[in-house]
Amino acid sequence: MARETAFRMGVASPPLDARSRHLRRLIIKGLDGGGRGHVGSAMSLIEILRVLYDDVLSHRPDDPAWASRDRCILSKGHGCLALYAVLAEHGYFPADALSGFCGPLSFLGGHPERGKVPGVEASTGALGHGLAIGVGMALGLKMGGRKSGVVIVMGDGEINEGSVWEAAMSAAKHRLGRLTAVIDYNKQQSYGPTAEVLELEPLADKWRSFGFAVSEVDGHDVEALRGVFRGPRETGDQPAAVICHTVKGKGIPFTENDPTWHHKSRIPATQIAEMMAALEDK
Amino acid sequence: MRRTCLDQVHALARRDERVVFIGSDLGPGTLDAFKSEFPDRFFMEGVSEQAVIGMAAGMAMEGYVPYVNTIATFLTRRCFEQVAVDVCLHNLPVRLIGSGGGLVYAPLGPTHLATEDMAIMRALPNMTVVAPADADEMTRFMATTLDWPGPIYIRLAKGGDPIISRDADGFRTGKAITLREVPEGGVALIAIGVMVNRALKAAETLAGEGIGVGVLNVHTLKPLDSDTILTQARQARAVFTLEEHTVTGGLGSAVAETLIEGLEGAHPIVRRLGIPDAFPAAYGSQDSLMETYGLQPEQIVETVLATVRKG
Repeated sequence: MARETAFRMGVASPPLDARSRHLRRLIIKGLDGGGRGHVGSAMSLIEILRVLYDDVLSHRPDDPAWASRDRCILSKGHGCLALYAVLAEHGYFPADALSGFCGPLSFLGGHPERGKVPGVEASTGALGHGLAIGVGMALGLKMGGRKSGVVIVMGDGEINEGSVWEAAMSAAKHRLGRLTAVIDYNKQQSYGPTAEVLELEPLADKWRSFGFAVSEVDGHDVEALRGVFRGPRETGDQPAAVICHTVKGKGIPFTENDPTWHHKSRIPATQIAEMMAALEDK
Repeated sequence: MRRTCLDQVHALARRDERVVFIGSDLGPGTLDAFKSEFPDRFFMEGVSEQAVIGMAAGMAMEGYVPYVNTIATFLTRRCFEQVAVDVCLHNLPVRLIGSGGGLVYAPLGPTHLATEDMAIMRALPNMTVVAPADADEMTRFMATTLDWPGPIYIRLAKGGDPIISRDADGFRTGKAITLREVPEGGVALIAIGVMVNRALKAAETLAGEGIGVGVLNVHTLKPLDSDTILTQARQARAVFTLEEHTVTGGLGSAVAETLIEGLEGAHPIVRRLGIPDAFPAAYGSQDSLMETYGLQPEQIVETVLATVRKG
């Protein structure tokens, strides 16, 4: 068992800064517009995606298909509101589009779709698909002599799927040193704690044993995330796994670690207001 | 037919550097020549069909044309969601080559029989489903796969099947081949895959019995050539579909749907010959199971005669 640290317990994260709170407000804009959404799953992801798109990935919002971009797949597609917020913030599409979330005419569905949402690399939502697609992309890039990285962001419940571990073996076999598997380890899946539904520990050892170079980080600590993602890659041709210790529902105290907030399909205006209030700039 | 198909993949790889081959723990020596000529585009992966399909989709997203081969039942059942979501939803040019379609693996039992592969592939939007009648037709077909937009499921037969397709008929995906025209008031035998040669044999016998009979080679189950099927069916008093596949959801279902919606007024008698809605209970051989299900030429003749004489 990996050592217990403060960030594993989710108690030591620095306070959310203005950008993190702003991105969460965009998520709430989507929840309000759609009247539904995977609340906890999106809130735990924000700092991971923010740091990737702000500081790590080479990408061009005005040219989403730019051949030399780094590829990033949100494999836990149900966390898409976080991705939409970050993509909108980068100018892939206007943030106002979030108000139409899940609407009949919207391009922003309850799970992200390639070809509909600028910047979305793969249609996800069925869990356990992203890593294998990422392996294929990384192999394609390698065959084409490109140096782009491939990042796949997965949920902790998601990695219950056997297909994830098939793909993990394949990534190691093909020595995909430019591939990074990111796990949003908020320790809650749909029904309840991962420790009770299907224990993942020893998680870091699992990824190590599958041939990955493993880092663990506080998934809400922007500086720490930058350090892990931008730090010198010492893994050579070994794929990397970054286990991000996060809190489901992070930033909205009454939703944190509460599995009933995994997904909500009717969110009253009063609760939208309470969520917004929790994120007010202090 | 499998050998022909894989050799064609090699030939396509020579023509176009987008072509890659992915196998899922196939037999030793498979496509060795491809592997030595294009080692960077040859992938022999593990017994991991879900990851293999995802990987193929990822490569296709990067501009490649992956040809994936493994046993048909594992290529369709085991990774159905990956085929549906990763390949079909993204509408990617991934080619799925299913070895041993139908009853080929009869001695190995129901875990290895691909008897509903075409039905489930046909149900997926964007998917094209092709089962050539023989190795020559496979060669003509494979040449067309390189630039076909979207995914294709290719069903392989056992191999060594008699060559009955003709070069002069050519090959167009989605265009059925009329091997014998249905005469007015005659019988139409509409077949796919290796059932085409059995249909031709049955037709010869039936003609000898004085029955007017036509034969259609419907190599492409999807998109189905409704026009040709309707044109021939309008002539017919009885239509028989022949498939080495469950009668639920395959050629018989597709033809019945087409006839119901496409024919005005009087309909011909329609009979679907294939595998009933049950897992095969016996082992033996492809031929012995075919016989169990009444799919051998002389049995087809009997069924046709019994039907038309009764009708």
